[in-house]
Amino acid sequence: MNRSTIDLWVGVFVVLGIAGLLFLAMKVGNLASFSTNQTYQVQARFANIGGLKVRAPIKSAGVVVGRVGDIRFDNESYEAIVMMNLDASYQFPRDTTAKILTSGILGEQYLGLEAGGDGVMLKNGDRLRLTQSAVVLENLISQFLFNKAAESKEPAKEPAK
Amino acid sequence: MQFAQWLEHARGHLERLGNRVTSAVWRIGFASRFLAYLVMHSGTALRRFRLTTAEIYFAGVLSLIIIVVSGLFVGMVLGLQGYETLQRFGASESLGVLVALSLVRELGPVVAGLLFASRAGSAITAEIGLMKATEQISAMEMMAVDPIARVVAPRFWGGVLSMPLLAALFSAMGVFGGYLVGVQLIGVDAGAFWSQMQAAVDVRNDIMNGVIKSVVFGIAVTWISVFEGYDAVPTAEGVSRATTRTVVTSSLAILALDFVLTALMFTGGNKQ
Repeated sequence: MNRSTIDLWVGVFVVLGIAGLLFLAMKVGNLASFSTNQTYQVQARFANIGGLKVRAPIKSAGVVVGRVGDIRFDNESYEAIVMMNLDASYQFPRDTTAKILTSGILGEQYLGLEAGGDGVMLKNGDRLRLTQSAVVLENLISQFLFNKAAESKEPAKEPAK
Repeated sequence: MQFAQWLEHARGHLERLGNRVTSAVWRIGFASRFLAYLVMHSGTALRRFRLTTAEIYFAGVLSLIIIVVSGLFVGMVLGLQGYETLQRFGASESLGVLVALSLVRELGPVVAGLLFASRAGSAITAEIGLMKATEQISAMEMMAVDPIARVVAPRFWGGVLSMPLLAALFSAMGVFGGYLVGVQLIGVDAGAFWSQMQAAVDVRNDIMNGVIKSVVFGIAVTWISVFEGYDAVPTAEGVSRATTRTVVTSSLAILALDFVLTALMFTGGNKQ
């Protein structure tokens, strides 16, 4: 096999390899949907963030409008501080509510934004006042059990079947 | 009397053990010096890039078929097995995530590396070993041609450049195989297959880390291959032993490095 044929095949190989990498980046990964959009950062405090992770989606009306940038613990108020990177093309009123929600029963947790009615829009560095923490299953169950116990105190005379 | 004999016996064993340890450490030192010398004298390989291109042809292009076919089949098996498990939990739409993440993070670099070690690494060792056995290496030295710069360095760079491309192709073919089985054969929804995959696979955390892995494996496998070839005992038996050692050592190195790299890359991110 002469030199130029080898070069041709090596060229084909390199093109194929780069095509594979591009396929992985574009079609398998999220490079295409993640353009370098302008974002602005807003923070919110939560009593409990549950299983929220960095880079979790922030959705409003089900549409992804940003990503969680950073999660920290505030050692003075003992609350979690969540930094949110919101897409600059989406503007929200200042009294927007942030909730930690779960997609499906066992799905991943995400931040839901519900727009308020204020005329002033959120700016970079603002803080959301209205937040709702994640639902913790253990707390729910214990609440439910306590309620059950309190209910069954009164008609306790009924015989067990 | 008995005790003295036993002591003599034990000393023989200890001496052999000590010899083995020192020779292993000596070989590691020699291999490191060899790598440093090789990298410093790879000017020829990079300036006369034709030399390296020819080696990319042998290490990369000729491995294409085995990589493409294995990738396709590994992806197809992942599609079948993953569907079996996921549909029990009613989560068959996540098949794309399962196939893509397992390929991009682990199977792509590791299986491509193992195939590369047995397909290309063994060939490199055998070639250099035979050159040594037939005294071509010594002849080069006689002609004041540095055999490391002329013979070893092009093979090293050819392998190092080929390996990441092969691993990327393997992963891409695997995802395609998973798509063929999952979507075309079983009938998972194509939209959910791709969109869940794109939502879950991160370019920097998953794909770039996979590429970094394949680069590390490429360096390790090619280094072991050229070193074993250069260090081979110049007889028929020595070359065959060196070839075997190449495959065994590189496979073990890939798996051990994979564990270390995975521990470094994918456990730090889950602390949140």
